[in-house]
Amino acid sequence: MVDDRTWEGLTEALLLADIGLPTTEALIDGVRYRVGSEGVDDVEGVLGLLKEGILGRLGGVDRSLAFGGEPSVWLFVGVNGVGKTTTIGKLGWREASAGRSVVFAAGDTFRAAAADQLEVWADRAGATMVRGAEGADPGSVVFDAVEHAAARGADLVLADTAGRVHTRGNLMDELAKVRRVADKGAGTVTETLLVIDATTGQNGLLQAREFAAAADVTGIVLTKLDGSARGGIVVAVHEDLGIPVKLVGVGEDRDDLLAFDPADFVDALFSVDVPA
Amino acid sequence: MFEGLSSRFEGILRKIRGRGRLGPEDVEEFLAEIRVALLEADVHLDVVRTLLDRIRDRAVGVEVAGALNPGQIIVKIVLEELTAVLGGETFRPAYASKPPTVVLLAGLQGSGKTTTAAKLARWYKGQGRNPMLIGADLLRPAAVEQLRTLGDRINVPVFSDSTDPVSVARAGLAEAVRLGRDVAICDTAGRLAIDEDLMAEVAEISDTLQPHHTFLVVDAMTGQDAVTTAEAFHTRLGLDALIITKLDGDARGGAALSITEVVGRPIAFASTGETVEDFESFHPDRLAGRILGMGDVETLIEKAEETFAVEEAEAAAARMLEGTFTLDDFLEQLRALRKMGSINSIMGMVPGMASQVQDLDEALDERRIDRIEGIINSMTPSERLGPDVIDGSRRARIAAGSGTEVGEINQLVKQFREMRKMMKQMGGRGPGRSKAGRARKKKGRGGRVTTAGPAPIDKKKGLSLPGLGDLPGDRGPSSGDLDLTGIWPSD
Repeated sequence: MVDDRTWEGLTEALLLADIGLPTTEALIDGVRYRVGSEGVDDVEGVLGLLKEGILGRLGGVDRSLAFGGEPSVWLFVGVNGVGKTTTIGKLGWREASAGRSVVFAAGDTFRAAAADQLEVWADRAGATMVRGAEGADPGSVVFDAVEHAAARGADLVLADTAGRVHTRGNLMDELAKVRRVADKGAGTVTETLLVIDATTGQNGLLQAREFAAAADVTGIVLTKLDGSARGGIVVAVHEDLGIPVKLVGVGEDRDDLLAFDPADFVDALFSVDVPA
Repeated sequence: MFEGLSSRFEGILRKIRGRGRLGPEDVEEFLAEIRVALLEADVHLDVVRTLLDRIRDRAVGVEVAGALNPGQIIVKIVLEELTAVLGGETFRPAYASKPPTVVLLAGLQGSGKTTTAAKLARWYKGQGRNPMLIGADLLRPAAVEQLRTLGDRINVPVFSDSTDPVSVARAGLAEAVRLGRDVAICDTAGRLAIDEDLMAEVAEISDTLQPHHTFLVVDAMTGQDAVTTAEAFHTRLGLDALIITKLDGDARGGAALSITEVVGRPIAFASTGETVEDFESFHPDRLAGRILGMGDVETLIEKAEETFAVEEAEAAAARMLEGTFTLDDFLEQLRALRKMGSINSIMGMVPGMASQVQDLDEALDERRIDRIEGIINSMTPSERLGPDVIDGSRRARIAAGSGTEVGEINQLVKQFREMRKMMKQMGGRGPGRSKAGRARKKKGRGGRVTTAGPAPIDKKKGLSLPGLGDLPGDRGPSSGDLDLTGIWPSD
């Protein structure tokens, strides 16, 4: 039986997964319409339609990471603490394991010991590391790394940037400059990946808008998806900005980075873990 | 799309303003708007429900009392409920009779524990204590290195070694005793609440340290999961309070409100930026006021005091509220504000500004301050005192001198006028205007407050704002004599 409690329960599940009120209401309205017109009368059927609705919104898009530069440059951006450096470490390991020569650019010259953290990951991944002094201009560190990679014939530069709150105009300007400079030399920026923490609430959409405007974001990396948070805000981000999720982070080991699977993601939205 | 609680509430107020009485359907409409605002602010679904129930219970059938109309009473109720949820009182740090006082920090990955540890150490130093930092995050690469760098920066010793987190905590505590440090702050690795092994480990660290304060470090941008996580940490560690980080962004911080409601622990500190100075004691009543668009005047004053001399701060605040400032003042304000921190966060503290910050965004975008400075620097003293004298040829001269366009000069003068007018309105509305305020107003525009001087600020009561009545200050939510007249739009 599908009754008001069904709709209420589904609405709550979506809200608790951080899908957000506007998207939740639009999804529920859409399913209600289909339930009426298609004569669905069981809860399982309704849930199926809802999942279909979300999958539809996430789109059948290309989620591969683009190459094509010599070297290709993948730039990582996001607010503080979302996991940019760790993601670079894991992705570097993955790409190096696939036989590519990888250079890390320690473009976070602000946070204390951020370059040291990346260096540990460079060792783990078998990547080369280019770093500048603390407080150095991040654009020139990234530029140097790209030139270094080009000189050695490396395939890929993974460029870290300092976390920044998206409301800080001057820092967003700085990021736009890093993005431009990364393209200036021998290499080409083929991906700008916005890292979003799965625990992020509705602010995630505002973050995505600002970063997209400043750095021409091509994909999302959704991190910390191994916890109890579901990361539902990326549905709104994809719908609003058309930026697909490409990778998910599910732990702190080097293998804990996966390709984004929309079906798994949608299933997980409706299973809220309760910690012991 | 996402209006802040402040602007949304102001919108509701405007809608129901002037009605003598509210029917149950008015109350429901009001509650529906609050629900949307709270959900967009990441307040947990269950907390939204509880909060709305409480507000409804108190709002329906309320007697019209004294000078307040029913609408004002609802606002007062909402304010009180938000304040109550936010902890109801200010967290007071306690010190061990037998030092060191031990502080444990825990939380999810990336919530800001390491940076917070350093900020907290600096805060304790400011309280006249001799803190020490213990780096027990051996999991994240270079986390200890980060803590050491920050410790060097604030001149606080850092202990760590590469054994294991529990041993580091134990040895660190012994080291604090040996060095005679009276506060020991232990940083730990970020961990997920559902990671059984790591949760057991942090519980063991807690058993070892027997901390006097255990703080959960929470990212202000967290969504609905915040409550689940906080409950798990609370169960394992017995939290004393929260430290909320990244409040310098535009996140509404509903997660913090939710945790305080569900876990029943107050927010002790708020972290509002990336440098170690961007850290302050948290005042629940102030945030409740700020959420309702009533401003956070006390914090503004305190921050200003830290940055420049007290007299200057008082005069600046008075002039700002008076609306009698010149372009010179305008420039001085911009420079001072920049010194104080992010402009958006400062403007949000001024009463009635929350909804106007949007309009001011363009005028006060940090990116544009340099150009504005250039323009004002290219003006003569008399032009700065009274921009009305600026005609076409003067505009061309100023534009040439500052390397800007004539249109920008026009825009600046226009924005300056609007800002002055707006501040005048803010300072001048409502019946509660002080004598000192009236006296100052007579001096007319263009003059700095020199002879009479600004009204002294009573530190205990906080700043008494003209038209606003006393802000809740430190008296807590139950004082019952809150003057809400000033929060109504005066147009």
